[in-house]
Amino acid sequence: MSTGIVSRGQNTALGAALIAVAVFGALVAAALWRGAAPGAWAVTGSLAGLAGFLALWTRAGSDQRTSFLGATVIGLPYAWLLALFLVPFAIVLKISLSDVALARPPYMPQYDPAQGWAGVVDLVRELDFENFVFLTTDDLYWKAYLSSFRIAAIATACTLLIGYPIAYGMARAPKEWQATLLMLVILPFWTSFLIRVYSLMGILGNEGVLNGALIRAGLVSEPIQILNTQMAVYIGIVYTYLPFMILPIYAALEKMDESLLEAAEDLGCSRLQAFWLVTFPLSRGGIIAGCFLVFIPTMGEFVIPSLLGGAGTLMIGKVLWEEFFNNLAWPQASAVAVVLLLILIIPIVLFQRSEEKAREAGK
Amino acid sequence: MAQTVFAPWNDPEEKPLIQFRNVTKRFGDFTAIDRLTQDIYAREFFALLGPSGCGKTTLMRMLAGFERPTEGQILLGGQDLSQIPANQRSVNMMFQSYALFPHLTVWDNIAFGLKRAKKPKAEIEARVKEMLRLTRLEQFASRKPHQISGGQRQRVALARSLARAPKLLLLDEPLGALDKKLREETQFELMDIQEKTGTTFIIVTHDQEEAMTVASRVAVMDHGRIVQVDTPDRIYEAPNSVYVADFIGDVNLFHGVAKSRAERAPAPAARPLPEPETPEAEDALREMQEEAARKPQPTALGMALHDKVLAPIVGKWLDQQPKALPMPDPAPATGVTEAAAPAPVRTPDAPQASASTPTAATQPPAIPPGGLEIHWHAGQPPLVASNGPEALAGRNVVLSLRPEKISISKERPTAANVLQGKVIDIAYLGNISTYYVKLADGTMVKAQAANTRRISRRGITWEDTVWLSFTATAGVVLEDDT
Repeated sequence: MSTGIVSRGQNTALGAALIAVAVFGALVAAALWRGAAPGAWAVTGSLAGLAGFLALWTRAGSDQRTSFLGATVIGLPYAWLLALFLVPFAIVLKISLSDVALARPPYMPQYDPAQGWAGVVDLVRELDFENFVFLTTDDLYWKAYLSSFRIAAIATACTLLIGYPIAYGMARAPKEWQATLLMLVILPFWTSFLIRVYSLMGILGNEGVLNGALIRAGLVSEPIQILNTQMAVYIGIVYTYLPFMILPIYAALEKMDESLLEAAEDLGCSRLQAFWLVTFPLSRGGIIAGCFLVFIPTMGEFVIPSLLGGAGTLMIGKVLWEEFFNNLAWPQASAVAVVLLLILIIPIVLFQRSEEKAREAGK
Repeated sequence: MAQTVFAPWNDPEEKPLIQFRNVTKRFGDFTAIDRLTQDIYAREFFALLGPSGCGKTTLMRMLAGFERPTEGQILLGGQDLSQIPANQRSVNMMFQSYALFPHLTVWDNIAFGLKRAKKPKAEIEARVKEMLRLTRLEQFASRKPHQISGGQRQRVALARSLARAPKLLLLDEPLGALDKKLREETQFELMDIQEKTGTTFIIVTHDQEEAMTVASRVAVMDHGRIVQVDTPDRIYEAPNSVYVADFIGDVNLFHGVAKSRAERAPAPAARPLPEPETPEAEDALREMQEEAARKPQPTALGMALHDKVLAPIVGKWLDQQPKALPMPDPAPATGVTEAAAPAPVRTPDAPQASASTPTAATQPPAIPPGGLEIHWHAGQPPLVASNGPEALAGRNVVLSLRPEKISISKERPTAANVLQGKVIDIAYLGNISTYYVKLADGTMVKAQAANTRRISRRGITWEDTVWLSFTATAGVVLEDDT
């Protein structure tokens, strides 16, 4: 136990020394870049940090070195999340609390580094929730959220209905075929998403491949209007997101022990009963993962409704785009994005909690 | 309460529960089961034993309904099984991997089969409770399979397969995943449960100790055929082929040519006794006889009174049948029991009897007449097997000899068969030691001795020159089919 505490303390010291090196080193580098002489305290700091780190490192046992390296490796993904998710989110949140302004960038207030701490205080004082209030005044927004939710839900259900049998077939296929089938599912990813959606336009249009084939086959006399309807949006979503549904379900089904089905049959199940009582509950994890993977990006989907859905399709992603690029209303667009994020994250967190609780209860 | 020996296979009146009639199963070119015919009786604990790929699992899967025989018929209680799908057979299987449903609790796993049978709820609850008690799992009912230990999982699997009260329970290597200690405990538990429920069990295993421990009969399989079916003691003591002798337990095989021995055996005596093989055994036997003599025994009149008058009213309480399993017959053809032999008979053709030994003063051993002698190596004396069937005279034979039937000593003993060699290796197993002895011609012979003394008092060690000896009936003479 005591060694754990010691090594944790050592790790903290090592980490602190390394961070000191990085910070003071960056200051020295910045000074050199500007062509100025680096401040004596910056040089001293970075050298002291380096000396401290080396001293600790040479004194540390090999176990402590390994655990420090381990902590660093675990720290990297956190650093990544911090830099590429939390920081951008903080920026978007800040913009959503700002006001529109005729400036570059088109919002106020801006942080002035020259004012130091007083600048931060001024900035925070000028932020308000005006834009969020604005979202409730115009029914366009909640209608767009609702419509997005409906489209995403229906599309996810369709993807599940089509994807599950495909995943099931893949998992039950002979072992030597499975790699090929898996490849066929992943293959479309090798083409750009945009190109795939454009090619769907070519297929679904009034002079497109599909209508042409139907007319030639004599099934219809006039082309069916598919493109620029919600039907086209559904087709587009199901087509592009199908692999996200198939892969997790396949993974769940593939690792299922086939003797479970024999056991079910041995205990009096028909094949169909065995599916509903054993296979389906055991693939539940894959189904949930697949549904999340399809539903969440579909909710904010913008390219598919823009290209395939025409003017009649209202989705929040499209609204956001128009606010941002057409109206240059960055603060409102940011508010829309923040609300969308909350709508998606809160139910997922609640769901994870309940799953966790169910698991705890099982113990 | 008198206990009769359970042997329905010897009773011509008894109807078998399962009948394999000329069953063949082929997978493409591969013949997994080859024209197999076998009867299995109700309440039997039947073990299928064999190396992997011998067809034992296929046989079991055909009974469960996961495979269909290519040819032939399997009858369960007189009914052809081929028309009954797996989910409607009164046969349940305990899977090697246990195949417990990971998403269901222990309770739901056990109730699974009962729910499918559409039993009323109260009945299901009562039955599951009974099963939980039988397998001592009451406090784990609400756990999931991944929250219990391997031994508990094994018991859940057993409870689940027994819950529907099948006529036949199939156990596919049920104890393979357990460690040795737990496996041994579970074997006795299995036997206990089998006895309590009265279900017919068929167990597939490649562990011969397990098969011998649990089974009433063992079937040794090889290449899709059953080579021998017999009680565990007969499989061990009276194998019918070199394959069985070699597969079950440790064995020394002496290949040679059999010759008929000069003298014929006298008529066997009325009351056979177990053969004494080592001095310890002789002592034990004498003690047993003395003890038996001390006990009061009913007279002929007393026996008649018991059998004719009292037994029909209050039941038998004197059992004439031996409680222990019967001793194996020495040989089917010329059944000779050496204890029945009269005064020591000098057999001039037995080599060690004529050889002058330092201990010539001792009485030469009594070698029962008849049987065979096996000329197995030019430089070695022929081996005497007075129980060898005369029919094998002149043929190539194998004398199969269990290591524990061979005595090892530093001084030359007087016995029907004596061989000299050097100890190359000693495998100390705690209760017994196995000595690997190299004979002058290079043959390795395994001999086992019980470690009745503490280690410091045991005399034999590496590189010692030792004498190996065994009686004229210690081995089994088998036709050399290799």
